[in-house]
Amino acid sequence: MSFETVIGLEVHAELLSETKVFCTCKSEFGGKPNTRICEVCTGMPGTLPRLNEKVVEFAVKTGLATDCEITEITRFDRKNYFYPDLPKAYQISQLYLPICRNGHIEIKTENGKKRIGIHEIHIEEDAGKLIHAESGTLIDYNRCGVPLLEIVTEPDFSDADEVIAFLEALRSILTYLGVSDCKMQEGSMRADVNLSVRSEGSRELGTRTEMKNLNSFHDIADAVKSEAARQIALIESGEAVIQQTRRWDADRGESYAMRSKEAANDYRYFPEPDIPPIDISESFINRITSALPELPAAKKQRYMNELGLSDYDASVLTNDIYVVGFFEAALKDCGSPKEVANWVLGEVLRLLKDSGTDSKSNPLKPEALVKIIEMVHTGKINRNTGKAVLEKAFYDGVDVEKYVSENGLSLITDSDVIKSAVEAVIAGNEKSVTDYKRGKTAALGYLVGQSMKALGGRADANEIQKLLREMLN
Amino acid sequence: MRCGMNDITGMTALELSAAIRQKNISVTEAVNAYLDNIEKLNPELNCYITVCRDEALSRAAEVQSGIDSGRICGRLAGVPIAIKDNICTKGIKTTCASKMLENFVAPYNATVIDRINAEGMIILGKLNMDEFAMGSTGETSYFGSVKNPVNPEHSAGGSSSGAAAAVAAGLAPTALGSDTGGSVRQPASYCGVTGLKPTYSAVSRYGLIAYASSLDQIGIIGKTSADCAALFDIISGADERDMTCSKEFVFDYNSVRAENVAGKKIGIANEFLNVGLSPAVKQNLLDSAERFETLGASVEYFDLTELKYAVPAYYVIACAEASSNLARYDGVRFGHRSEAAKTLDEMYVFSRSEGFGDEIKRRIMLGSFVLSQGYYDAYYKKAVTAKQLITKAFEKAFERYDFILSPVAPDTAPKLGESLGNPLKMYLSDIYTVTANLAGIPAVSLPCGYDCNGMPVGIQLMARRFGEADLLSAAAAFGREADL
Repeated sequence: MSFETVIGLEVHAELLSETKVFCTCKSEFGGKPNTRICEVCTGMPGTLPRLNEKVVEFAVKTGLATDCEITEITRFDRKNYFYPDLPKAYQISQLYLPICRNGHIEIKTENGKKRIGIHEIHIEEDAGKLIHAESGTLIDYNRCGVPLLEIVTEPDFSDADEVIAFLEALRSILTYLGVSDCKMQEGSMRADVNLSVRSEGSRELGTRTEMKNLNSFHDIADAVKSEAARQIALIESGEAVIQQTRRWDADRGESYAMRSKEAANDYRYFPEPDIPPIDISESFINRITSALPELPAAKKQRYMNELGLSDYDASVLTNDIYVVGFFEAALKDCGSPKEVANWVLGEVLRLLKDSGTDSKSNPLKPEALVKIIEMVHTGKINRNTGKAVLEKAFYDGVDVEKYVSENGLSLITDSDVIKSAVEAVIAGNEKSVTDYKRGKTAALGYLVGQSMKALGGRADANEIQKLLREMLN
Repeated sequence: MRCGMNDITGMTALELSAAIRQKNISVTEAVNAYLDNIEKLNPELNCYITVCRDEALSRAAEVQSGIDSGRICGRLAGVPIAIKDNICTKGIKTTCASKMLENFVAPYNATVIDRINAEGMIILGKLNMDEFAMGSTGETSYFGSVKNPVNPEHSAGGSSSGAAAAVAAGLAPTALGSDTGGSVRQPASYCGVTGLKPTYSAVSRYGLIAYASSLDQIGIIGKTSADCAALFDIISGADERDMTCSKEFVFDYNSVRAENVAGKKIGIANEFLNVGLSPAVKQNLLDSAERFETLGASVEYFDLTELKYAVPAYYVIACAEASSNLARYDGVRFGHRSEAAKTLDEMYVFSRSEGFGDEIKRRIMLGSFVLSQGYYDAYYKKAVTAKQLITKAFEKAFERYDFILSPVAPDTAPKLGESLGNPLKMYLSDIYTVTANLAGIPAVSLPCGYDCNGMPVGIQLMARRFGEADLLSAAAAFGREADL
């Protein structure tokens, strides 16, 4: 029997509003424990929530960017349960009238394009953080009340690649909108995976499990593959899949069932009486629509159509809003999109990766790259030198023009100097010369290399090659 | 009658502030007069859980110098006030008359407290009440029952028992209470004073420790409706910390005039008379109707069939919201934490079992049940629909009538110890008062007579939403006429 996998995601994104969703505490990451709290977000008796309008704006922005219907009158509901990281013993969330519904994101994998449905997007508040220490369990409420968007997809995924493609596309959109910075390692983006299997072609859904504690895209991909395999193995051996919540252990590469208490929870949802229903007016939606930035899909299309970039190049560039920022800034002063794209995709991304730097914290200034490209273009330096200078600018922040002149890196223009260097190489490499004359073209490459070395790399390799050919023929 | 009223403590709040302005009395004298009464009578009446003697005297000196310099000039500047113990007062214990919050010191002021402080009023202390505002006789308090000053063998009503008793006995000129199903109006009527429940959303709930969020309002108990109007002017109005508080409402204090009741139409719902009224209460209702007629109003009887849903809808909604509002009392961050607990679950279960009284547990269980899976539609959702029906029925009634008149309770104050054995009977006695909370309309209870045992009887006047000016005008006229 062959199986197919059915996957749905629940993604939580922490929002970049300056303050929390229901009080005026600052909503940044980190900080000494219990320093960003107040009577409201710690659920003191008598306190009431006060909705941060920026959060509503962010939610509507996200809904519009994912083609959702925006709910005209949206409401909050209480989700009641006991846990020490939840001070009010209820979470203010949205169940009955979430702010956005019925959207989609288009993804592309090896198998082609696919539309992933978004069932709903809603606003809710985050809980605090439990820290298990020897003395007992400590609770930090800094994170309590941080605004979250929960994005629930339809069960439209069939494998790990699609899941990752979706998460990358979603992360792109959210970072483009400035709504979240989607850093899984900081917890500003979290995903729970709902997965079930069924025989291929079947219409019915199998029993699904929910997986938590997925802390990176890597974890998610592994967990999807592992869980699908686990469920298939169970069914093939005649056992049934139990509906449960499972916790992923990245070190072990496997998941284990959490205590079934989770499943037994009746959250006793009811409409939040402390927050009146919110009217989302047409004019509010129009205002946000007109202020939407160019989104990843549209930008990619434009890069392909107007700038002549390839599908692949445009894809990679538009994936990251900070890379886009760098690229478009450089483009302002440089007329060749393909050239800038090559440098960004080739050198800039490599430097970021090698040094483990966040694209947001890129130390390079776009002007530096523009200057290097110009110097190569005008023949002042060659490409290799350009790459070396760029690296210097990245790591040490040097002024690129100054660096070139101070270190004598510009191309040698004196033809006599070049000629005598080449002559010396020819004289000192009889064997290679002979080989070349005998037809071994590779020997020419060696002689070019030696000439470049003799000239301290400050020559144009094509010119050297031309000169060598002239002199040897 | 246990009453310490002398020259100073016999004055209304408005009279007292006038005397202070005219320099006939100093603020410190006024505060001391009340502190003396409290010292004399509180041990028996048990109105106060916390008396803020030192703070009140130091504040009195501050306010006096503020008045002298012209910096403080509020209408009620220098007048003492007492606060029901479910309203947060920064740095002062706020216990909700519960073991759960026995030692809880509020870390912030409720909005209404900021407003009365800005006015230059002086807080005498925190008043006893039914635990977490759940109860109708003052007997669920962890700190013992309040005694009715008119006859200490009787209850002072609830849940703002301490507030009503204190004003009646001269232990405070005026008090802030809270009203979710009648908790300001009923004790006021049992003790023979005036109690106002504002329109839902007229007064900020920020800092009122929540019982039922869609029904709670901070209310006022005073010797006269004029005092209530003056205090309402201070505490009402927009507050951005409470999203349910009306942004538009502004009370027009100057439009409150006793003359305004002439020509008004008053309706009495027939259903109100069908419920086991005691003869004294029924007679007082009829007498009150007559009094309004002599004032130039017309009285008519009409049907309000939706009233049959009122008590069940109230208890389903109130208990549901309470079960959620009281879930935060878990022993984790503040409040009672059981010493016997060894695990997380034990901490929750033991702390709450030890910290809450029986009536609280009853209502939390009821509330959790009506919200639970499988029962939500049948109970909670239905109750909300009933609330909407009742609201619409009152809106319709107010198209015909300017006010609706009713009893406050089926009988006068019961004897202490008689009620807790029959909670259902106790719930049903809320029939007249819960309607105003469900419909969100303002209502005032006014003293209008006594029964044959000398226990006070009150009547209730209700008006349309934000109709406090009209309501208090009618109350003022009635008060003059009744000459109490």
